[in-house]
Amino acid sequence: MYGLGIIKGLGVTLKHFFMTYWDDLKRLVKGNRYYTREGVAYRMSSEVNGLFTIQYPEEKLIVPEEFRYTPFLVYDEKEDGGKELRCTSCGICAKVCPPQCIWIVRTMDPNTGRPIPVPAEFYIDIDICMNCGLCAEFCPFDAIKMDHNFELSVYNRHEKDIVNKETLAKPASYYASIRPVNYAREQAARAEAESARAARKAQS
Amino acid sequence: MSDQTLTQEKTPLEARFQGAVLRDDRKGYQGFIIKAENLVEIATYIRDEMGYDFLSSVTGVDYLPEGKMEVVYHVYKTTGGSLFNFKVQVSRDNPVVPSLVPVWPGANFQEREAWDLLGIRFEGHPDLRRILMWEGFDGHPLRKDWREAYYEEEGKPFKSRWPEGHVKRVEDAKPLSDNVDFPAGFDPEKWIPVVETALYAGFGKLDNMEDETGLEVDNIVINLGPQHPSTHGVFRMVARLQGETVMDLKPVMGYLHRNHEKIGERNTFLQNIPYTDRLDYFCSMTNNWGYVMAVEKLMGIKVPERAEYIRVMMAELTRINNHVSNIGFLLNDLGAYFTPILYCFEERELILDIFEAVAGSRMMCNYYRFGGVARDLPEGILEKTRQLVYERFPRKIDELDAYLTNNEIIRTRTEGVGVLTPQQAIAYSAVGPLLRASGVPYDIRRADPYGIYDRLDFDVAVRYHGDVFDRYMIRLDEIRQSIRILQQVVKEIPEGPIQEGKPQYQARVPAGESYGRVEGPKGELGYYVISNGKPNPWRYHVRAPSFINLTALADMSKGNKIADAVCILGSIDIVLGEVDR
Repeated sequence: MYGLGIIKGLGVTLKHFFMTYWDDLKRLVKGNRYYTREGVAYRMSSEVNGLFTIQYPEEKLIVPEEFRYTPFLVYDEKEDGGKELRCTSCGICAKVCPPQCIWIVRTMDPNTGRPIPVPAEFYIDIDICMNCGLCAEFCPFDAIKMDHNFELSVYNRHEKDIVNKETLAKPASYYASIRPVNYAREQAARAEAESARAARKAQS
Repeated sequence: MSDQTLTQEKTPLEARFQGAVLRDDRKGYQGFIIKAENLVEIATYIRDEMGYDFLSSVTGVDYLPEGKMEVVYHVYKTTGGSLFNFKVQVSRDNPVVPSLVPVWPGANFQEREAWDLLGIRFEGHPDLRRILMWEGFDGHPLRKDWREAYYEEEGKPFKSRWPEGHVKRVEDAKPLSDNVDFPAGFDPEKWIPVVETALYAGFGKLDNMEDETGLEVDNIVINLGPQHPSTHGVFRMVARLQGETVMDLKPVMGYLHRNHEKIGERNTFLQNIPYTDRLDYFCSMTNNWGYVMAVEKLMGIKVPERAEYIRVMMAELTRINNHVSNIGFLLNDLGAYFTPILYCFEERELILDIFEAVAGSRMMCNYYRFGGVARDLPEGILEKTRQLVYERFPRKIDELDAYLTNNEIIRTRTEGVGVLTPQQAIAYSAVGPLLRASGVPYDIRRADPYGIYDRLDFDVAVRYHGDVFDRYMIRLDEIRQSIRILQQVVKEIPEGPIQEGKPQYQARVPAGESYGRVEGPKGELGYYVISNGKPNPWRYHVRAPSFINLTALADMSKGNKIADAVCILGSIDIVLGEVDR
């Protein structure tokens, strides 16, 4: 019969339509098909036959750990409440950045004229940043990392396009909360480096 | 790389053309240098006697310090094997090279690009006009002495960033009103725009006439694009129509040209990797792989096992992603407005979730590095891929097949439309599904294997009619083969390191040239990289499959209706990021 292919095709789409509501009914008792993390995970799984849509902004997908948006500088909180930026202004991130969107000025000790490993100025141009993550990947001090926040829309174009050191600085606890696996691995590496250094000192 | 360079005896080519063919013995280079006068004769010999019937890439290089311009050709045999490379060198002041379009018609667009971007004139080319820049542009952008509008320094990293950074943007430092250079004698107040006379003149005289049935038809020239919902980006086709039948069609591209190759010369080798993501923005993983492979050939480093498996896994997921999207887009062009494309995008979303978890970004993955991959797979990704590949994808692809393939509308509109014969496909340097749907079973993963493809068990999909329907079917076939490859990879992936040596941000690349090519979802994606030992490449060229596949568009569309031209363009599968670079 001419037209059988079209009718079978329409049958498939109709099946998708009904299966979405059937999936809804199945979860009606459990009650968490929408607006909860389990609901979202279920709707994305292989068992579901109907359609799934994430109801942004009421539901937001939790971005995976490796997700990279704009960079931020990590500071360690000291016991007396002070902030110690891990950045030593070595400049590797500025050199490795593909669109060259990082500007760094090193602090000079006024007495000796030698550089102090603390940045005096640190600017990133968010408009140019490609979100490639190379700065975070090659920083030897784990000082710059990629943030997860992607909701950066503003009404004024030039308000937040160039961010300075103060805006970029975020605590290490925030870094641990968004990237727990990476944080744990880096802390373990630091602890190992510390104990190796202590062992060498004890030997000599 | 070429089998001829293994021995130092005279090869048959050198013996036959004494004096006109010299071995290229610069350090790190391969192939032969041919004299420009004998080029067409020797090229015909290479094509007919030596059997290299497929021209892969034609590109120009500007050697400013030596005062020479070079045109590099890469050819291969459709029966398989590695590339054969030969070059022509001419002086930089008046570079004229005989055109190889009579020998390999696929050189058409690439020679126009070398004329446009480097100023090398090709004698005998049927239509030597600018292709990526507009008519009336002054200068040749890829020449080493040409500076772009916001030029800062010769190569990155720029010294103005560190240690005395002090943020200042180039646009503020050099506002365009003061920094623009006009050609001598040009007055912007008195200029009347140049109409594209050369383009429209190529169509010939247009008169109203009567067709076979005695109906009076209009001969008109219309522009499809660049703003058009069905041209897959900013792409323009100028079609001469007789009634509704296409008599001739000329593609006009360059609306997305970003001079990626010149940016590549300013970048360091590592910094180029994120830029390659943005070429064919649907398939960032395979783009990365081609570039990284070219540079690894120069550096001579080997990739660890686990990294090889991860690379193949990402590449095959990209292939599924691209083919499924392309089926969706083709159906969009046919008029099935949005249902098939959204079903296909459902699968694409799940693959992009995997990319996000592994590489950090859905489309601009920046995942491959010289010597391996950037990061290891996180917890749970292998399990997720296993579920997708064993359970969800086979079911969904069968569903797609079930509801699209036997649809009478699709069959009537696509069977017999846009036929490309195998001889035409090889002559026009068509690659990828376009070539394989015309009956030529050439797939780089089998013909010239890279990575671990020689160990994996899969078939090369091929179809024999060469029409739009076969190109749709072959993409379904290739998705099924990719699922098969993924099932093997997911089972056999070993533990181990994922990068050779410590990650370096300053890659030390020895001098030389290399051509790395991968079988991307659109076809053969090749990267020609020349290094002179410095941190930045000397020349960086991308052999874009979508760009060269468009050479066949005109021939495929002649005789079909205008609505079919849109459908044929959809079946070639172009992405403007790659066409224009």
